Amino acid sequence: CKKGMDLTPNYQVTASSVYSTPAGYKQALAKVYGSMALTGNTGPSGSPDLPIGDEGQNVDFFRTWWGAQELSTDEAVSNWGDAGLADFHNLNWNSSNNFLKGLYYRSMYQITLCNDFIRQSSDANLSSRGITGSDATDVHYYVAEARFIRAFQYWVLMDLFGNPPFVTDANAVGSALPPQTDRKTLFNYIESELKAIDGSLKAPRTNEYGRADQAAEWALLARLYLNAQVYTGTARYADAITYANKVINAGYTLMPVYDNLMLADNNVANTEFIWTINYDGLKTTSYGGTTFMTHAQVGGSMPAAAFGLNGGWGGMRTTRALSDLFPANTSTAFPNNGNPDTRAEFWTDGQTADISDVTNFTGGGYGVNKYRNVLSTNAAQSGSSKDYSDVDFPVFRLAEMYLIYAEAVLRGGTGGDAATALTYINKLRTRAYAGKTTGNIAASDLTTDFILQERARELYWECQRRTDLVRYGRFAESTYLWQWKGGVKTGTGVPSFRNLFPIPVDDINANSNLKQNPGY
Amino acid sequence: QTGSITGKVVDEHQQPLPGATVVLQGSTIGTTTDANGVFRISNVKRGTYNLVASFISYNSLTKSVTLSGATVAVDFDLQPASKALNEIVVIGYGTVRKTDLTGSVANVTAKDFNQGANTTPEQLIQGKVPGVSIISNSGAPGSGSTIRIRGGASISGSNNPLIVIDGVPIDNTRNPDGTSRISGVADPLSLINPNDIESFSILKDASAAAIYGNRASNGVIIITTKKGQSGKPVITFSAQASMSKLPKEASVLSASQFRSFVAAHDSSGFYTKFLGNANTDWQKEIYQTAYSTDDNVGVSGTTGILPYRVSVGFTDQNGILKTSSLQRNTANINLSPSLFDKHLKINFNASGAHVHQRFANESAISSAVFMNPTVPVYSGNSNYGGYWQWLDPNNSPTYLKLNTPKNPVGLLNQEDNRSDVYRLISNLQLDYRFHFLPDLHANVNFAYDGTRGQGHDNISDSSATNYRKSYLDSNKVYHGGKRSIYKQTSANKLFEGYLSYDKQIKSINSHINVIAGYSYQDVAVTVFNYPGYFYDGAQTPNSTPNYAYSLDENKLQSYYGRLIYSYADKYLLTATIRRDGSSKFDKSGRYGTFPSVALGWKISEEDFLKNNPVLSNLKLRVEYGVTGNQDGIGNYDYLADYTLSGKTGSYQLGNTYYQGYRPSPYYPGRTWEQTATANVGFDYGFLEDRITGSIDYFHRKTTHLLAVINQPAGTNFSNQITGNVGDMTNSGVEFSINGQVIKQQDLSWNVGFNVTYNRNKVTSLPGVSYPGIADGAISGGTGSKIETSFTGYPVHSFYVLQQVYNAAGQPIENLFVDRNGDGTINASDLYFYKSPDPKFYFGFSSDVNYKKWNAGFVARANLGNYAYNNIASNAGVVASMLQSVSGGFVNNGSTAVLKSNLTGNTSNDRLSDYYIENASFLRMDNVHIGYNVGKLFNGSADLKISANVNNVFLITKYSGVDPEIANGVDNNFYPRPRTFVLGLNLSVR
Repeated sequence: CKKGMDLTPNYQVTASSVYSTPAGYKQALAKVYGSMALTGNTGPSGSPDLPIGDEGQNVDFFRTWWGAQELSTDEAVSNWGDAGLADFHNLNWNSSNNFLKGLYYRSMYQITLCNDFIRQSSDANLSSRGITGSDATDVHYYVAEARFIRAFQYWVLMDLFGNPPFVTDANAVGSALPPQTDRKTLFNYIESELKAIDGSLKAPRTNEYGRADQAAEWALLARLYLNAQVYTGTARYADAITYANKVINAGYTLMPVYDNLMLADNNVANTEFIWTINYDGLKTTSYGGTTFMTHAQVGGSMPAAAFGLNGGWGGMRTTRALSDLFPANTSTAFPNNGNPDTRAEFWTDGQTADISDVTNFTGGGYGVNKYRNVLSTNAAQSGSSKDYSDVDFPVFRLAEMYLIYAEAVLRGGTGGDAATALTYINKLRTRAYAGKTTGNIAASDLTTDFILQERARELYWECQRRTDLVRYGRFAESTYLWQWKGGVKTGTGVPSFRNLFPIPVDDINANSNLKQNPGY
Repeated sequence: QTGSITGKVVDEHQQPLPGATVVLQGSTIGTTTDANGVFRISNVKRGTYNLVASFISYNSLTKSVTLSGATVAVDFDLQPASKALNEIVVIGYGTVRKTDLTGSVANVTAKDFNQGANTTPEQLIQGKVPGVSIISNSGAPGSGSTIRIRGGASISGSNNPLIVIDGVPIDNTRNPDGTSRISGVADPLSLINPNDIESFSILKDASAAAIYGNRASNGVIIITTKKGQSGKPVITFSAQASMSKLPKEASVLSASQFRSFVAAHDSSGFYTKFLGNANTDWQKEIYQTAYSTDDNVGVSGTTGILPYRVSVGFTDQNGILKTSSLQRNTANINLSPSLFDKHLKINFNASGAHVHQRFANESAISSAVFMNPTVPVYSGNSNYGGYWQWLDPNNSPTYLKLNTPKNPVGLLNQEDNRSDVYRLISNLQLDYRFHFLPDLHANVNFAYDGTRGQGHDNISDSSATNYRKSYLDSNKVYHGGKRSIYKQTSANKLFEGYLSYDKQIKSINSHINVIAGYSYQDVAVTVFNYPGYFYDGAQTPNSTPNYAYSLDENKLQSYYGRLIYSYADKYLLTATIRRDGSSKFDKSGRYGTFPSVALGWKISEEDFLKNNPVLSNLKLRVEYGVTGNQDGIGNYDYLADYTLSGKTGSYQLGNTYYQGYRPSPYYPGRTWEQTATANVGFDYGFLEDRITGSIDYFHRKTTHLLAVINQPAGTNFSNQITGNVGDMTNSGVEFSINGQVIKQQDLSWNVGFNVTYNRNKVTSLPGVSYPGIADGAISGGTGSKIETSFTGYPVHSFYVLQQVYNAAGQPIENLFVDRNGDGTINASDLYFYKSPDPKFYFGFSSDVNYKKWNAGFVARANLGNYAYNNIASNAGVVASMLQSVSGGFVNNGSTAVLKSNLTGNTSNDRLSDYYIENASFLRMDNVHIGYNVGKLFNGSADLKISANVNNVFLITKYSGVDPEIANGVDNNFYPRPRTFVLGLNLSVR
């Protein structure tokens, strides 16, 4: 009778059965990748991976990362009243902010998933489970990709939180308290880990869509080196050039039309994207990701139908610090008002460039038309669903590599040259000016300040801005102000400790090894 | 020559005593009284007899009667046993005389049940028992109640008491959100017909409850159903007709107030354009006067050796929110024969219920608050089923405007959500008294509690909530609406067996009663999974479930024993122990032991108090025991498992979408919560027990508290798990007094009063960071919560900002006390302020009998409970009323905005302590009047008629509709109706 007390559910399985077949390994890998895009096991919501705040708002990687990287800057404001959201443009977040908590735990969760996957994929496990030959070769690629994702998430943590706890596949689940690492040590780990997997990843553009290859690893290294001065105190611009070059020379080309980059069919024959987070309106659904991005920006008089939606959520706008970087509009044509720089995808009707009231969508700030759940082939037709987005998000794309190359050259990195840098920048501008060279710049225009502006024009709302402003010393500091920075209409600086986010108080309390970042 | 002896048995108030036994002394000839106290013994040989009338807890009365003609009449006027000597109280696995009780046990019998319209059993005893708080969950038909015995003992586990019906612990578990786990009913108890219930025993302290081991931490409610009576069949019939009305609308602006409000706040004219010409009271549109009936027929008697009771009940209840209704049919059979010279007693129960329910879309309640009162209910065109909706001309003339409230009448009428639920609770209990050793009994109980719930929830594709444009298939056809179906079965199987030895040992002036038993219970719940469908029948993409069904099962295996010892009928000892094994825990910690001991001293039996003219009863009780709680713990939480994602949660790699395997967070060391309770109490009686009552002090300490704790990042597959950490205490005092104020032949007046004081405090929560475990979700900002549980504070304390007020007492816009003095107002300035639990709660009752009339009331009061007025915080601010998003629209709002003038522009506003209101109240639950018509049809029938009003009035300072909200957040609450009931009871023999 006592034996009868051991019960197992019919709807769950054990590790040994998940990992008993090659298909099982692939599905476990799908969870490792999928947790970039999904908030839980049931799309769009219902069984969150992490019980934090609201599932759509606080448990999604992209949405929390985007908020931390964009709402804290001149590129975005939100009128929503959700607790802790206004802290971003007020630059007064604290260690119990649910958005930061969501981002931190999402990154750590994904690292924990990667560690588990790597452990389950050890050679000993593979052979004991009879995974051999080409199946085992596949799993070896998966392992290298899991290590890449782990390195990517450690990079996110290093960039935003500085000094996170550190665990690898050597630490079993439920074991001792993880030690804290520091930014410099973590930088070295990420660098060595990425270099270590270089030979184990597939060559650029040879892997399946959505899976990481060598170019993704190189792109992350390029980004890492560009910001090395911030992370370690030592500049590494030559390395940035080296790795940007490796990507640029791997066969990627710019897509012809900028305005089609963030549309529902941007996964089709895309030659520019290096590594993407994939969404699907029917199969990969959540209230975060590009579903959030396509919906949250639609408010005021913006027509939801033109965005491929049943309706918008009326939340996000931009400040004039971004919209003023573009030339004057020449018409009201959707989506870029006939602006010579087609990247100027702003909604102006019913909006003003000045923000008189952050808490009101029509209280100012132009709307942004960049992300739309419609097809480039037929702009009137939505993606597969009007409620969830099909738009994939490029974590890395070629344009950023051009910008890294140019900035690293301007900052004195060796291995590159200014002429090539100018060529790359003018490639971006020619595409932006719809194939015309009227927007091209001269060598004398190419300065680091110009690069910062060009990055805003090219990469706005792509989770880059906070990192860029920190690198330029213009994030917390009063050297650069925008409307409502620090909660003041004309903008105000805040102490520089805010260049790093605080470790969530929950983990400080749960893990006695952790010390809070200074200032919090 | 034979004849009949007839008569009537009444109590001390001249009220009929149904179920009293009348027998010819020294014979087995006899009967019991019917609902009107009337008996008739037929076929009696002429002669002189001693006739004995008896009733539980009353002194039996013997009268000599001579039958010389066809009939002779003799009436009995029974008086309560002076010290309730014979009152028997059901405890777990047996009964004891009330005077021998050592634990804190309350007993309520049918005689004292609340009257009026009671659809679920617990409503029968609401307000009657100190230490037991019963708060109805809503005014919806069959919605059930939140029952708390001496406060909750858990933060994240369940706080619901164990419910045992006729020896069967029923499956009363709920989902984590408090909803019924039986699909298709709002509350599992709504499948029990209150009319079949004979008595409730509530085991409040651990010494009484510990015999139920790891399920007893929240107390135990033992329900005993009616049994067959001896004698000729008696048919009882009761019928009730009732009318329910909405007692009070949520206070919102009228259409004209709204027009002036918009005009006053709209300098640019942007919002005025949204005003229409209609004057719609949306609340009037969604509520109705509801009519309901409740009819019950029962036959009870004995044929041969077989006492039986058969009853059926029909309840047809309509809710005051349109489209909500409940129909319930129940049937009950009880057979209780005794065989082998009464050595074998058999008790067989089968009670079946079928509930057919329609659930209203309750989001209409808040929509009716928000909906613009200047627009009509119907648009005049056929879009969206003809209901007026907010449209978005930026897109197209028929595009719905997002973020707008939906027409509440459409929400109700365009959703068809119905269920059919069947439940069968049956058990066969055999009690065998050994022939060779009559003091020894063997008792076995086989029980089965099975349910099947199924239903559908359909929303028309013209409905604004699920409009047909949501999905375009590959044939370019749009689909919308939904048809969802669900089905669930549960099987709760029980075997119990115990031996009981009961012996009076005269040589040492002692009485002992010992039991030892074994119990095995298996609860299996099967949820069938179905794909989703659009209204037109097409399947929702990617909705095919991974598993056709999910089977959740748990088992309990237990051993228990109890000793009741009394010496000289003055000194009492009860000791119990239970060892429980539960499949919810890992092998290493599967078994736990729960002991208790209690001492009683009948002080009034001592020589110095015996025959005291004033103090007629005094008993001291001292008790200690340990109980557990395993409810609220998942069945398989200790396993390290992987779950396959749903198809809408798959991820694209290459050209294939893969469903991922997610490792579950796990906590191998999971164990039950443990509550140790100490209790000291006195039972007292004055003036020959005309005044009785008790006073108890209790202290409960819960350890291994099931609480949501943070996991160090990187060590588990979640940031939080429900772990066993922390301690919590509940301590308080209960007092009750019942008195017969007037006790005369034709006039009597009884009053009852009880009060409970309870203080709850979390004493330790290691691993939980300040400010603790958040709870109490509020409407407004997504994911916002207003309550938290943390060390040093009552559980679920409000956690809010301290509002600053102007000289006129109005809250000042966005001005809060900077409690940490850092110059900025943020989450660090939140503070702990009050809690939803009352400090004191009271019950009052009064009954007056005058000749054939009786009248009375039952009232309850709570003091020191607070509620968050979410209607005021969400709908009572300017920003909610003048909406700029989606091209702009206007919402109606709470009249609170006229007083406070708050804009609600910042997220801080919602967190203000301004919205935490004192929710103390006094509620008149029931006022009733009854008239005993007496005999009809030549004495073969008796008739009583009655009238009741439920929820008569409410006295409170609270500004919302109803302050009695179990979780303390007043939002979208289905209002409790005021109900007028007419009833009649007829018994025929």
